[in-house]
Amino acid sequence: MSMDQAVTAEGIEQAITEFVSGRVKAEVPADEDLFASGLVSSMFAMELVVHLEQAFSVQILGDDLKRDNFRTVQAMTALVARLRGVEQPADA
Amino acid sequence: MAEQTSIKCLVWDLDNTLWQGTLLEDGVVTLPAPIRDLIAELDSRGILQSVASKNDHDQAWKQLEELGVAEYFILPRIGWGPKSDSVREIAAELNFALSTIAFVDDTPAERAEVQFHLPEVRCYAAERLPELAALPEFSPARVTVDARRRREMYQAGFQRKAAEADFQGPSDDFLRSLELVMRIERATEEDLSRVEELTLRTSQMNATGVHYSLPDLRGLLADPRHEVLVTTLNDRFGPHGAIGLELLEKHPRAWHLKLLATSCRVVSFGAGSAILRWLTDQAAHAGVHLVADFRRTERNRMMDIAYRFAGFTDEPCDCRAELPAPEQEEIHRLHLTPEPSAPPPTMELHAVSLRGV
Repeated sequence: MSMDQAVTAEGIEQAITEFVSGRVKAEVPADEDLFASGLVSSMFAMELVVHLEQAFSVQILGDDLKRDNFRTVQAMTALVARLRGVEQPADA
Repeated sequence: MAEQTSIKCLVWDLDNTLWQGTLLEDGVVTLPAPIRDLIAELDSRGILQSVASKNDHDQAWKQLEELGVAEYFILPRIGWGPKSDSVREIAAELNFALSTIAFVDDTPAERAEVQFHLPEVRCYAAERLPELAALPEFSPARVTVDARRRREMYQAGFQRKAAEADFQGPSDDFLRSLELVMRIERATEEDLSRVEELTLRTSQMNATGVHYSLPDLRGLLADPRHEVLVTTLNDRFGPHGAIGLELLEKHPRAWHLKLLATSCRVVSFGAGSAILRWLTDQAAHAGVHLVADFRRTERNRMMDIAYRFAGFTDEPCDCRAELPAPEQEEIHRLHLTPEPSAPPPTMELHAVSLRGV
């Protein structure tokens, strides 16, 4: 994934979707609850945090690490976009 | 200095070292009783054993099986390459420093070859086998319950790794296929030596970075306000041993989690999260909040994330006032208002009840 592709909210969402789908070996809609569906183990949750930080050059600290921020691809996109100061579509 | 380090793995030559005779020439070899005893003794001390032998692999391994000792040897290297390569590979697979490896061979040239390429490895002539068990480097100071089962745990680990490499599909399905069984129990005197080892060895997954010594923990065992809990994990391949230690102090409105340490080996099985989930459930039923000590170190980020994902936050709460101030300045306290939580679907949990004192 390249950073060029990831600077918009759309690009971020696409990159996260690719990563998550690749790891869980399944299609992952942006609004699917990854924890409820049992798709994501707690280990993978930690991998997600570290991956998002490295791929998008952000630091996720303190209360930002709450589970709800990682529950869906949409939630992760919003978190990364906020931390990077990217403008988000009104419905995100 | 090197002589001070305990040996963690002894690598054996076979012909005229482990057994008497040269397999490919004589066809028949014998295993002297004192050697058989030595193998069993080292195994019971938690010293792993492997093989570096120039022989036909299948024939030599079959011979070890017929002699009834094959199960004692992990990662055997039987072939025609240099023994220094074999020893180096064994150490690398075990993730052991070369200074913790010993090599025994009757042939001076073989010992010299290993010594030349791997000067840190300690080499012994076969004539020294009768005195080996009495040498300080083969006599660990303390043999814990888990040390006695170390070989079994490594063997299970190799099988587990192979199974994971073969497995295609979502990771939770793999976890379920392991048939994980977690037990959380109050620590006994016997458990204490292995939990102490755990606080020393698991810096990555120690939430406070505080080391509790054996006497500290023993004192807390007797204290009715404290709970010292040990977590063990098994799966269909065998035991992981004691993988978690929890230290809890009960106050009227909050339970104070002073220490949570889990073994790095089981992070990928979600062990830390499972323990936190269980504690959350216990606290919810007891009607108390949870407050956890956390000291950020370079190496325990995983623990921070585990707490946060379990629902711990920095939020203020009156229950915090019940707790004495942290003994170290860098410790900060995470808070959770617990709700009943089911165990994760990926493992079977057997645990004590912490309600009531």
